[in-house]
Amino acid sequence: MSVTPIQSDNPAARALAVRHRFRWWEALPWLLALAFYFAFPRYLGFGTELLITILFAISLDLALGYAGIVTLGHAAFFGAGAYTVGMLAKHEIWTEPISGLVIAAAVAGAVGFASGLVLLRTTGLTLLMLTLCTMGLLEETANMAADVTGGFDGLDSLPIKAVFGIFEFNPLYPNTQYLYVLGVLLVCFVFVRMLVYSPFGHSLTGIRENTMRMHAVGAPVRMRLIVCYSISAAIAGIAGALWAQANAYVNLSVLGLDRAATVLIVLVLGGYGRLYGGIIGAIAYMVLSHFLSKAYPTAWQLGLGLLLVAIALFARGGILGIVDNLTRRFKDRKAPEPSSP
Amino acid sequence: MTALLETRSLSKSFGALRATSNVTFTLEEGARHALIGPNGAGKTTFINLLTGVLAPSTGEVLFKGQDITQVEQAERVKLGIARTFQINRLFRGLSVLENVYMAIAERVGAAPNMVTPAGSRRDVIDEAMELLTRLKLADIAHKTIPELPYGRQRLVELAITLGLKPQALLLDEPAAGVPSAESHIILDAIDALPKSIGVLIIDHDMDLVFRFAKKITVLVRGAVFAEGTPKEIGANPEVRAVYLGQAAHG
Repeated sequence: MSVTPIQSDNPAARALAVRHRFRWWEALPWLLALAFYFAFPRYLGFGTELLITILFAISLDLALGYAGIVTLGHAAFFGAGAYTVGMLAKHEIWTEPISGLVIAAAVAGAVGFASGLVLLRTTGLTLLMLTLCTMGLLEETANMAADVTGGFDGLDSLPIKAVFGIFEFNPLYPNTQYLYVLGVLLVCFVFVRMLVYSPFGHSLTGIRENTMRMHAVGAPVRMRLIVCYSISAAIAGIAGALWAQANAYVNLSVLGLDRAATVLIVLVLGGYGRLYGGIIGAIAYMVLSHFLSKAYPTAWQLGLGLLLVAIALFARGGILGIVDNLTRRFKDRKAPEPSSP
Repeated sequence: MTALLETRSLSKSFGALRATSNVTFTLEEGARHALIGPNGAGKTTFINLLTGVLAPSTGEVLFKGQDITQVEQAERVKLGIARTFQINRLFRGLSVLENVYMAIAERVGAAPNMVTPAGSRRDVIDEAMELLTRLKLADIAHKTIPELPYGRQRLVELAITLGLKPQALLLDEPAAGVPSAESHIILDAIDALPKSIGVLIIDHDMDLVFRFAKKITVLVRGAVFAEGTPKEIGANPEVRAVYLGQAAHG
């Protein structure tokens, strides 16, 4: 089929054809992350936690932001990954970190697939409650099976091997942890980016925008959702596994509602369905809570709560949504609507 | 002519309400067939039964002689049955082009691809742009749905369905709510459909129905009340009493 000039010149066709291309500013977060490593060597523990939160938020964005799967139980998969690595290491079955991540991803992905088969028959509030219940079940299982999971105390002093057999994890100087997590985050981010710009990712957006229409264009909606949910779960599992490896311990906090709610707040704050919302949201959340808790040690969550209320009321797209609106307004002013030819 | 889409003694009950009652119906290849009836006659329910949104209580649906009563909605689309909705069901946050891309990507099997960017499927984009050009939507292909007037949104509704290249096309009030100044674009688009596909149209607009249809089925309280050419239907005193008369009052 030949491309007529009308079609290739059309702004919509051009925009769609190039939207997946890397733009210069997309290198910025990674350069900043590297700069952080050299500029703040004493804050690398904080930095590692931040990077893990970003990865977790990105995994949630895939399910919630792109496919519109409303979930309040994403920590189930974070926990599944963390406990996989923790139990394998504690019982001296598997202590190599990178392959450990792969195992954790497989286990969390399998949990996502199995629960998704059942949960994704539902939508809305029912789905929300069921994801919450799934997480609760896992948390209670981890609590009860104290012989293997350490129960309420969790598992500590996990013997994780050095990365590539060279770089040791040192809990006091988490230089290795920071760079290791950054590397894994980069790989996962590139993967998710590829996914959301693919036709598969486009169809997920379609399901979010109008599920009924997706059925009517012949899309196998439930299968798509299950695949997306499993991939999202696997990535959340990697985030959890990184957390366990970096801290050399795992406890029930990885499976709790606290963690699931935090990552949701992060994503809402940054802007969901926008790929970079997780990054911006995690930075905003971690930095805000860091400074707010210093300034108001007892009531710092109030400030965060007020901010969330403001976002929910006035800026549904989160911080990135605000940025989008501003740039659009700026562009409109610079180049008024071209008069019809 | 051969039968494309058929129903045999099709019934659907919602509790005590019999929305579709013992309907035996044939849409032929290349047909221009209209389904009319007063409000609540069960026209949309019938479309939902044909497309697999609803499962019938009793009876069968056949496509090219094959029983598809148990076939899922998405599978029926793959067979070649597509519909538009009475109330727009569009991907509101996406551009017009992206809306149509969605349908074509599903039809050509591009949608499961996770690896290559959507934008690199130039064949899908080109086909979508061609379709939009045909429907005079090319110049607004970059706009999102809420930015469009209602008439244009109706056209996008049609464009998505045409992107599926159906053999049996079911149009549920395609011009409803469109200002008459714009409705001719929709009528022209329907007129320009390939002759080979079978089209079933539901509409209240009698001018549209009589201009378009070669055959009319009248549905009243879920059952087939009359069937025939526009001439026969127009001259049928019972139909006039039940339906056309009412419409004249309305």
